[in-house]
Amino acid sequence: MDIRELKDTVASSVMWVFSVFVLSLVFFMVGGLFFKAKPIFAIQNIGQLIFTSVWHPSGGKFGMGGFILGSFWVTAIAMIIAIPLSLLTAIYISEYAHRKVRRLAKSGIDLLAGISPVIYGVWGVIVIVPFVRDQLMPFFSRKMPFFPFASDNYTGFSALAGGIVLAVMSFPVMIMIEMEVIASVPLEMREASLALGATKWQTIKCVVLQKAWPGIIAAVILGLSRAFGETMAVLMVAGCALGVFTRSVFDPAYPLPALIANTYGEMMSIPLYDSAILLAALALLIVTICFTAAGRGLLYCVENRSM
Amino acid sequence: MKTKTHISVKKLSVWYGKDQALDDISVDIPDKKITVIIGPSGCGKTTLLKSFNRLIDIHDGVKVSGQVFVDGEDIYSPDVEVTHLRRRMGLLSQRPQVLPLSIYSNVAYGPRLHGIKDRKRLDEIVEHYLKEASLWREVKDRLNSPASRLSIGQQQRLCLARGLAVEPEIILGDEPTSALDPISAERIEQRFGEIKDRYTIVLVTHILRQAKRLADHVIFLYMGKLVEQGSAKEFFNNPRSQMTKNYLEGRFIDSDGALSLPE
Amino acid sequence: MNRWRHTEERIFKVMMILSASLVAGTLISILVTIILKGFPALSLAMLTETPKGGYYLGKGGGILNAILGSLALGAGAVALAISVSLPLVFYLNVYLGKNSKFAMVIRFSLDILWGVPSIVYGAFGFALMVFFGSRASLLAGIVSVGLLIIPIMARGMDEVLKMIPHELKEASYAMGATKWETAIKVVFRQALPGILTAVLVAFGRGIGDAAAVLFTAGFTDSLPYSLFKPVATLSLAIFFQLGTPFPEVQARGYAAALVLTAIVLLISVVSRLLTGRFSRHTIK
Repeated sequence: MDIRELKDTVASSVMWVFSVFVLSLVFFMVGGLFFKAKPIFAIQNIGQLIFTSVWHPSGGKFGMGGFILGSFWVTAIAMIIAIPLSLLTAIYISEYAHRKVRRLAKSGIDLLAGISPVIYGVWGVIVIVPFVRDQLMPFFSRKMPFFPFASDNYTGFSALAGGIVLAVMSFPVMIMIEMEVIASVPLEMREASLALGATKWQTIKCVVLQKAWPGIIAAVILGLSRAFGETMAVLMVAGCALGVFTRSVFDPAYPLPALIANTYGEMMSIPLYDSAILLAALALLIVTICFTAAGRGLLYCVENRSM
Repeated sequence: MKTKTHISVKKLSVWYGKDQALDDISVDIPDKKITVIIGPSGCGKTTLLKSFNRLIDIHDGVKVSGQVFVDGEDIYSPDVEVTHLRRRMGLLSQRPQVLPLSIYSNVAYGPRLHGIKDRKRLDEIVEHYLKEASLWREVKDRLNSPASRLSIGQQQRLCLARGLAVEPEIILGDEPTSALDPISAERIEQRFGEIKDRYTIVLVTHILRQAKRLADHVIFLYMGKLVEQGSAKEFFNNPRSQMTKNYLEGRFIDSDGALSLPE
Repeated sequence: MNRWRHTEERIFKVMMILSASLVAGTLISILVTIILKGFPALSLAMLTETPKGGYYLGKGGGILNAILGSLALGAGAVALAISVSLPLVFYLNVYLGKNSKFAMVIRFSLDILWGVPSIVYGAFGFALMVFFGSRASLLAGIVSVGLLIIPIMARGMDEVLKMIPHELKEASYAMGATKWETAIKVVFRQALPGILTAVLVAFGRGIGDAAAVLFTAGFTDSLPYSLFKPVATLSLAIFFQLGTPFPEVQARGYAAALVLTAIVLLISVVSRLLTGRFSRHTIK
């Protein structure tokens, strides 16, 4: 009897240690990155780092404004594409599709979720970049030569290409959560609406979406977080041109994660370069923590509110 | 004197996939009276009720054979406009299902669906039916607050107001008081009694006493089959089937130890 | 009025079908592209030789270094992640009660870790490397990727364990079993297919990632032979080799892409089979 209880106690203590480890991992990451990033504050303050865009590491200038702008462009484009598409798809699969189609769709979404980011990058280079270069760019520069379409970048490697690839990468997360919250709207509530003479679509519009709204916002926040942090795929298609101030969807963009990835080789050779890059990583970490906390917190509230 | 029949069910059978929920049911629902469908849990009462407004259609894999005539028209014929049909009936569920909208919008939901946009008209409708459901006084100052904040008894009365607002001819109630406290339950029962001269009411219940209190006409189902139907007086005082007698006395298995099945 | 109702519904239905088709279409487009580009580059030599011709951008040879390197890295990372995730998830579901605040906090931390971009795990791994004064190596890669996939694996396992009905555990306790025994003998067996699936899925994400290994695992032409030396990975192989202008080198990149995608597809199929097959033993 004693040995069994001893095993039990030992086991639970070990598990407790692991739990604390996981908890503290977040703090370790923030702390560790901060520790390595601190030196940069000796020569530039936070305002200069965020708001200027002169990036000249050997001259001690680390203005990340251009990269932050680049991140903003690709993420915004990704969300503009992903939000309506994912929502419409989620509604269709949950509400209208045949049972077998639904199962197939869930497998497909799982598959999309499992594909490596580099593969998305390859696909982007082979399919999306030429599409932007050969179809979209000529059309828009002729018909709509104004902001946000006017550009003199004809390579196709652009914020738009990056945004499109990021949108596709955000689909799985967003669609899965949206489908879950839509399915969680109780059958009896739908029956109540239908019993009053509403059509299926009216029920969806006025009842289901009303109830599922906070969950959908959470899905968007989490998709946004994913798009913001993605590195490899966007690096391969967005152009990553230094010194360009992205002013159009067709201009190249240099998002922050791509900066971190690209400077791998040169990081150690210039003083404070590694500090600056790790500061960028820290910024990325903090932003995604905030997004994730907001999105998950919202989902948690939704779950608990509906008993 | 012949009572007018509002709903006439002929040889109705319903399957959910492979499970048969109703087997060859033929009943008549009299006009402007309260009909109560009783029977033990799982005997198909709710399925029968929901077959009247074709709410069973929304389940995957449901199969229906037979006919249901409302005012002489078979509602299962292919050219019937389901949303119009449902508008003629109001449904009250067991657990009050308020829509995720304000109190006002809950009641106005139905009328808005059917094209009424004029704000004044909607105001009148909302006030009128909230009064009908005896809820007006309690909520008239907070019509725009969310309906979910009401107590359960108030929510059920709101559902009643909402159902009446589409001006149905028939009210369907699926155990409408079983989730409520005794006082709220009594109020709902009272309302049914007061409005029955204007609407045909069909209620499902498993509470015999409630059936005795309210019913003008009774339908008794067991395991998807019809056991007996008739006027309340005959049913409760002079039941024809042995099974009915057993059920009314609280016995189910007859003296041989076997379940008595209808002929 | 009535006509508008129906037209509105029809318009939205068309838009919904278009959206769903577009999403499905991108999946198909991705798979087709990889197969079309990768298949011509595949050959026995490609799969069984290491690159030749110098400094990993040489023009001959194959991708065996990347294949074995990814498998080694993936296996190591999965081992690391299992050793943390499994106890953690059992703790959450068997030892801690349903309403435990501590469990809530842990799950929330896991959620946050799940959302951290892989490049940050790579940067953190790099910072650790510098701290310990070591260089790019298989071990550093294993640590970075291992940390990356802990939240993914833990979440997958947690989902499965959460579904185990409380009554099953109660029945075990009622017979006098300790929590440890209940965990091992009852819960584990019931949840095994789901746990395996979670491990597989995490493995798939782990080998597919490039950002976490970029700084930490380095790259090399040789096969993995030491924990403390750099290792080649399929994801980085694709990334580097497609960036060159030489078609022979690019061919290796496409082949690597096909192999990587094939592995992911295989994982998908196997995990679906697992949940099907093993369910014989589980109680519904």
